[in-house]
Amino acid sequence: MPANRFNGFSDLGIGIGLRVPHYNHILSKKPLVDWFEIISENYMCDGGRPLEILDSILEQYQVVQHGVSMYFGSTDRLNREHLKRLKGVVKRTKTPFLSDHLCWGSVDGTYTHDLLPMPYTFAAARLTAQHVCEARDFLEVPVCVENVSSYAEFHESEMTEWEFLNEVVEQADCGILLDVNNIYVSSKNHNFDPYEYLNGVPHERVGQIHIAGHSKFEKYILDTHDHPVLDPVWKMYAYAVRLCGPTNTLLEWDAHIPSFEEVHGEALKARKFINQVIRGETHKKEARRELATV
Amino acid sequence: MSSRRSKTNGDGGGAAVPRLAGPPAGRGGRRTSPNGAPSDRPRGSVQGRQTFSRLRELQRLTAQAIFRPLTPRDNIQRAWIDGRPMKQVAAEFIKPNDRLTSIERLEIYNRQYWFRVLDCLYDDYPGLRAILGDNSFYKLRIAYLAKYPSASFSLRNLGSRLEQFLREEPRWIRPREEICLDMARFEWAQIVAFDGEARAPLVTDELLRKNPAKLRLAIQPYITLLEMQYPLDDFVLAVKKRSAAMRSEASNAMEGQHTERATRRPRLPRREQVFLAVHRFDNDLYYKRLRPEQYRLLAALRDGATLQAACEAALRDKGDESFAAEIQGWFQNWMELRWFCKRE
Repeated sequence: MPANRFNGFSDLGIGIGLRVPHYNHILSKKPLVDWFEIISENYMCDGGRPLEILDSILEQYQVVQHGVSMYFGSTDRLNREHLKRLKGVVKRTKTPFLSDHLCWGSVDGTYTHDLLPMPYTFAAARLTAQHVCEARDFLEVPVCVENVSSYAEFHESEMTEWEFLNEVVEQADCGILLDVNNIYVSSKNHNFDPYEYLNGVPHERVGQIHIAGHSKFEKYILDTHDHPVLDPVWKMYAYAVRLCGPTNTLLEWDAHIPSFEEVHGEALKARKFINQVIRGETHKKEARRELATV
Repeated sequence: MSSRRSKTNGDGGGAAVPRLAGPPAGRGGRRTSPNGAPSDRPRGSVQGRQTFSRLRELQRLTAQAIFRPLTPRDNIQRAWIDGRPMKQVAAEFIKPNDRLTSIERLEIYNRQYWFRVLDCLYDDYPGLRAILGDNSFYKLRIAYLAKYPSASFSLRNLGSRLEQFLREEPRWIRPREEICLDMARFEWAQIVAFDGEARAPLVTDELLRKNPAKLRLAIQPYITLLEMQYPLDDFVLAVKKRSAAMRSEASNAMEGQHTERATRRPRLPRREQVFLAVHRFDNDLYYKRLRPEQYRLLAALRDGATLQAACEAALRDKGDESFAAEIQGWFQNWMELRWFCKRE
């Protein structure tokens, strides 16, 4: 299940986000890392240091692109200039697939630079799926959409978030970047059962999983990516890999970034859960074989 | 962040007031094409147009609420553009939950937006901040962003219209208009130099035996030529050195008088005309001082003059033959720096 058509049949293992404070360490020490996820927008420039760094990283590592500003759910048309720049980076990185968020963030050409929640309506799902298809056709690479953390819901909504996610990915026939931390954060902010969400998504479409830390406030939880992964999220991750199989996994750590070793060490904790699933599958196969011989 | 404290003008000024109209379309709005793929933009049918325009109205309303500046206490404003209570407006489209009201939930996004964009300009314009001081710089940022919200997918471009804004509304930089305008141009030039386009540089062989009366060269797109009324290059270096020293002091890496000297606020420079090329070499950022003749020559080339015309413009008051050798030296240096490329 991990390598599927939604992630370019990639079986990458456990990666971390490529972040500026780690550039020197990575380029000088060349640590063993399964893969790096880059924020596409950081390299959608015309030249200079960012592209030099990216090229150096690409000499050594597999890179997968993750975007933050495609805004599939915006009613604005997809920005052609944006897509052209993004395709330039796709050609450079040879990313097996790319991801962006199931959200909106711009209107009438102005940008909030945020991942704003959608009203979960059929009309919004249709429009979002249309944009995903348009982007995938232009970029010529599989696309996965990521569920976002949210702090508000619209009266307009006609379904749950996971039903909306289903609507979009089925209509667009695209993959899912399942962010289990985001599900946890939203479940606390909107009072739903995160396991119902995990059960409710089409597992065969999951091309990648995100894990991250968050911050608790008095009345809500914020998706801050500035902590280690918290226990409830690890539990959800373990459950998710049981449902989806050992899937490309990435730890996001974007603020108060500690040393490379600390970030990578935190990510590698995921291996325990992946190995449990692999062992479980092996046991199942052995049991089936034994049953067959009996 | 203490620099966020200031009184702000309430709204976008004269903007249309978006409202949601009519009931949601409901499940009947679903429509797929025969092959199961989502149909083209949902604008074809009357119902499709209605649901699309309703979604657009909702996004406009939400964005407008998010773009409105925060109060001096970093809260969402209590009144909407048309004077209605904001909590009433928020309740019309945002669901409350058992811990947060509709307006409180909207406020989370309103704050996130403003903290993000204000921080971005704070980082990109340390020189302007040093001239104006934190409080005035804070007010300027809010006024600028309220008038010119981001029009790019990248926060890198957030300051692209700052110089224009300062020319339109100089009251935010009074009484230091001239030095602030110089600084805004200079700091934007650094952003361009950091990741602007680099074209294939011309090599000396490509210039040999070319007729200077016909030869037109282009300057690399990442280079900005500046004529400034203040020597801001040294000032900005001092500002950056100071903030590095402040960071070191915060981590106790420096001690005593050395720290005190390094963390002293740099004095504003005296008026003095300078010419600069803001460029990069091997992807490191540099500010190179130019002589007035050099600036005139490069600016003429940038603006499309032939090599001969550019040299004549540069040396219009000279006419000395010794300049021929000097110009050769300049070009040798600029070629080594890979400043020239072909015109597109």
